[in-house]
Amino acid sequence: MAGLMRTLSRGPLHVVIIILALAWMLPTAGLLITSFRTPQDVAHSGWWTVFEHPFNFTRYSLENYRAVIEKSGMGQAFLNSLKITIPGTIIPVMLAAFAAYAFAWMKFPGRKTLFLIVVALLVVPLQMTFIPILTIFKQLRLGGTLPGIWLAHTGYGLPLTVYLLHNFIAGLPSELFDSASIDGASSLQVFFRLVLPLSVPAIASVIIFQFLWVWNDLLVALMYLGGTPDVAPVTLKVANLVGSRGQDWELLTAAAFVSMALPLIVFFSLQRYFVRGILAGSVKG
Amino acid sequence: MALGIFFNRKRGYFLLRTGRLQPWLFIGPALLLLSFFLVYPSIHTTILSFFGRPYSAGAEGFIGVENYKHFFTDRSMLTAFRNNALWVVIFTTFTVCFGLIFATLLDRVRYEKIIKAIVFIPMAISMVGASVIWKFVYAFRPAGANQVGLLNAIVVFFGGEPVGWLIERPWLNNSCLIIVGIWIWTGFCMVILSAAYKNIPRALMEAARIDGASEWQVFWKVILPILKPTIAVVTTTMIVFVLKIFDIVYVMTNGNFSTEVIANRMYKEMFSFYRYGRASAIAVILLLLIIPVMLFNIRRFREQEAVR
Repeated sequence: MAGLMRTLSRGPLHVVIIILALAWMLPTAGLLITSFRTPQDVAHSGWWTVFEHPFNFTRYSLENYRAVIEKSGMGQAFLNSLKITIPGTIIPVMLAAFAAYAFAWMKFPGRKTLFLIVVALLVVPLQMTFIPILTIFKQLRLGGTLPGIWLAHTGYGLPLTVYLLHNFIAGLPSELFDSASIDGASSLQVFFRLVLPLSVPAIASVIIFQFLWVWNDLLVALMYLGGTPDVAPVTLKVANLVGSRGQDWELLTAAAFVSMALPLIVFFSLQRYFVRGILAGSVKG
Repeated sequence: MALGIFFNRKRGYFLLRTGRLQPWLFIGPALLLLSFFLVYPSIHTTILSFFGRPYSAGAEGFIGVENYKHFFTDRSMLTAFRNNALWVVIFTTFTVCFGLIFATLLDRVRYEKIIKAIVFIPMAISMVGASVIWKFVYAFRPAGANQVGLLNAIVVFFGGEPVGWLIERPWLNNSCLIIVGIWIWTGFCMVILSAAYKNIPRALMEAARIDGASEWQVFWKVILPILKPTIAVVTTTMIVFVLKIFDIVYVMTNGNFSTEVIANRMYKEMFSFYRYGRASAIAVILLLLIIPVMLFNIRRFREQEAVR
């Protein structure tokens, strides 16, 4: 009896939770369903009408995806995003690991001050940097090029990646380094044989965070690649499609889904690292 | 270069000692890029903010605080300030409150994990993707036509007139943009607050319940006070983030219909009007707004770490 009362009294709780969860899911569900519908259907009826004939597969097609990937250039943009994101993740994380190790375990003048300055740079909003960097990029012909945006993402990503990796690497037990010193290892050997392998969990989180940051970035791409469509990433492409094909929902939804596919795969396959990475990265400028 | 490793007794812990040059080889590349991409431009931008148009013909040169004065007189800039204030208040309140509600309620049900994943997914996708998702939800067709946007379909279903969600200025369209932000970032607040919630000793809540406290009282008198430091950190993180909000507004309305925010205003000053001095001043203002919140955040964060 008491158990029944308890279940009944918790009814409203379940209702509230399920309504909230549905509210969170519906917009994305609408996007996904629309991207598989024909242009005529999309123009004349809401996506929820598919539930009147959910298994009528003649009304679904992959045509929208073919259209955005081939004709609207989302395929090229997807490749561009990969070309931007992979080096834009590996370079900063590598440089940050080197720096974090030196800041944590090497002795040199100004160590603490320099580290504080690096962390303090977290407050600088990217907007502070655009005009001078654009001017220099123009002179060096780096604007609209991949190396230019790799360097930019590296510079912008370093304060956080150094900070996070330092927190982890500084926490490694010093006995490890003691025994390495007895074996006469050089600091490069210590770095590659001890520090890197032991820091894998931290590095994985940082890589996931930096990867998502770069993949989902619009602002930096807009600044440094804005005028060059042949290197534009998915975010830029989708933003431009919203401007040029604003009412063609079957195309916009398919394009948006192409841009979201990779982050979603990362989310579902590496959820734990993913959440950790995002939480750690929340203070980014 | 002599390599060697010593135990540093004076400092009380171990440091590698590797010759003078080697540490700089390790931190050098990072420092170089940081100086080039963050330190130098910040200084240059600050200087530029006191100048007219040094990069165009007919340079105006040094004009003092003229660019800053402009903000408090120019109407579109005042709109941007007002909208940013709206974002800070509404976005922060709702993300934190929803995060807290989810953290508290989900702890009581068995399907916690799956709901958490649903709420957290928007964090994975870009704000551009989220903007497309919601632009579709807000889609507007004149009365009589079949509504394809979810929201207007609901309004029409209940006998209302379709609403131009992103056009009705200034309260409705700005609120609709802010909802997109809330949808994305609630998951973030939820995960952090939920982690803190799970750290509260269960005995504490049970004791209050045995003493006859209602669930409502347990929440206000036990849970909330314990979560206060975490709520403070989450709140300030949200404020710092939302001060720089750009993508959602850029994609959904491009700042039209009085929806501009500070970061969008700066983009327009740069690429539509080429007024680099004013754009720089906007960036400096953004920095000045962020610094105090960030300092507060770091201090709270440290206090919290110390307690753990």
